[in-house]
Amino acid sequence: MKLTLRVWRQKGPEDSGAMVGYELDDISPDASFLEMLDVLNEKLIADGEDPVAFDHDCREGICGMCSLVINGTPHGPEQRTTTCQLHMRKFRDGEVIDVEPWRAKAFPVVKDLVVDRSAFDRIIRSGGFISAPTGTAPEAHSVPVPKPDADAAFEAAECIGCGACVAACPNGSAALFLGAKITHLGLMPQGQPERWDRVVGMLDTHDEEGFGGCTNTGECTVACPKGIPLDVIGRLNHDYLKASAGGRKK
Amino acid sequence: MYERITGEDPYKVPMRIYPAVHYTMGGLWVDYDLQSNVPGLFVIGEANFSDHGANRLGASALMQGLADGYFVLPNTIGDYIARTDLAPVQDASVAEAEERVRSQIDRFLSIDGDRSVDSFHRELGHIMWEYCGMERTEEGLRKALELIPALRAEFWTRVKVTGKGEELNQQLEKAGRVADFFELAELMVIDALHRTESCGGHFRAESQDEDGEAKRDDANFAYAAAWEWAGEGEQPVLHKEALEFEYVHPTQRSYK
Repeated sequence: MKLTLRVWRQKGPEDSGAMVGYELDDISPDASFLEMLDVLNEKLIADGEDPVAFDHDCREGICGMCSLVINGTPHGPEQRTTTCQLHMRKFRDGEVIDVEPWRAKAFPVVKDLVVDRSAFDRIIRSGGFISAPTGTAPEAHSVPVPKPDADAAFEAAECIGCGACVAACPNGSAALFLGAKITHLGLMPQGQPERWDRVVGMLDTHDEEGFGGCTNTGECTVACPKGIPLDVIGRLNHDYLKASAGGRKK
Repeated sequence: MYERITGEDPYKVPMRIYPAVHYTMGGLWVDYDLQSNVPGLFVIGEANFSDHGANRLGASALMQGLADGYFVLPNTIGDYIARTDLAPVQDASVAEAEERVRSQIDRFLSIDGDRSVDSFHRELGHIMWEYCGMERTEEGLRKALELIPALRAEFWTRVKVTGKGEELNQQLEKAGRVADFFELAELMVIDALHRTESCGGHFRAESQDEDGEAKRDDANFAYAAAWEWAGEGEQPVLHKEALEFEYVHPTQRSYK
């Protein structure tokens, strides 16, 4: 395949950055999108240029490291597919492809296509855990969980924390990510002791980190590679309201 | 999932299944507290050798991460911290280690060769796949022991690491990893060469029964091999940890 890439190049956080064009020839349609970028980097290194920095790790669609806004869509055109699982056969020969980093105030660009997503870690730190006595095995049958709750919690737990929801949101809100964590932990009996402190702590951190407010646009759930449903945001709002109204807000 | 990766619909085209390198079996040596031979350095999850050896079963990553984190570490790390004086380390070895890392970074950046880090990573992977894969022979392993040092020497003269040391530099990061992979690859080949039996996922072509099945040699190899680093360019030292089976004993695999 012959491709024209327009890639966001930015030397560092202070650099203003620009889209730079590259021509690629002889790309296999069976290559993944990241393998195509590997080929581009090999070429750039051979030409004595600086290769494009981009995040990746497992390349199996489960770690949440890969990102990239491809032709204006986070993780590219395929529904429920991370960038690493996107293949070049989904593009046309001769196509012009725009590749940009996640763009959001809370995700500053580090270099080229790499953004700093540590704000997500700080949100998790402010409440995304449960207290559990470790060291001994709990008796599994002592804590019954209704099947519908287990299913909904599992669906929410599929969130890999990649940040595509934030990149897709016109407000730069992380409500879908937050809602997924609140739903995942809040539906399980093990998540009850910290339930109210958790939602207040995580949402306050979310706002402090510079993520925007949610206006139920719904772009996030469309962009989400794991298909986290929009109603997790309803649960987030419900729990936050209840925690605030009940005087449980710190 | 299959269709997304291969572009073939498994309802119409038969699925093509073949073995692939998934993970390195084995890992760093630890004691029952999951502490390595470096005091205070705990190695947890898949990075240690404790739960997977010649075989690595599916989901062992998850199992080991959970078991180590839930059952073992809450008891052992706390115990270590309680018994140890955790004063800041003021030792010449810290400065030495930092200097060593700095000089390696400078060395990477100054080579300015004509081959990318990835090209060395791929070639090393190819050597391992060819000569230290599921089926290996003494001849092939000895060949790998010639090829790896030769490729390593080439790496240190021809690798091209772009960029600088004072920025996010993924090429530099990868170069450090590939340099480590040479060490690990050589050790894996040395270990494979010394174990002349077929065992678990490792099939030594010289050790098979009349049906072509893997032939074990428990009389000589019923131990986990822990290799001690003896310094750069030195032959690692073998420590044998005996595997003792009280009730269920390993036997020849048979599908008959």
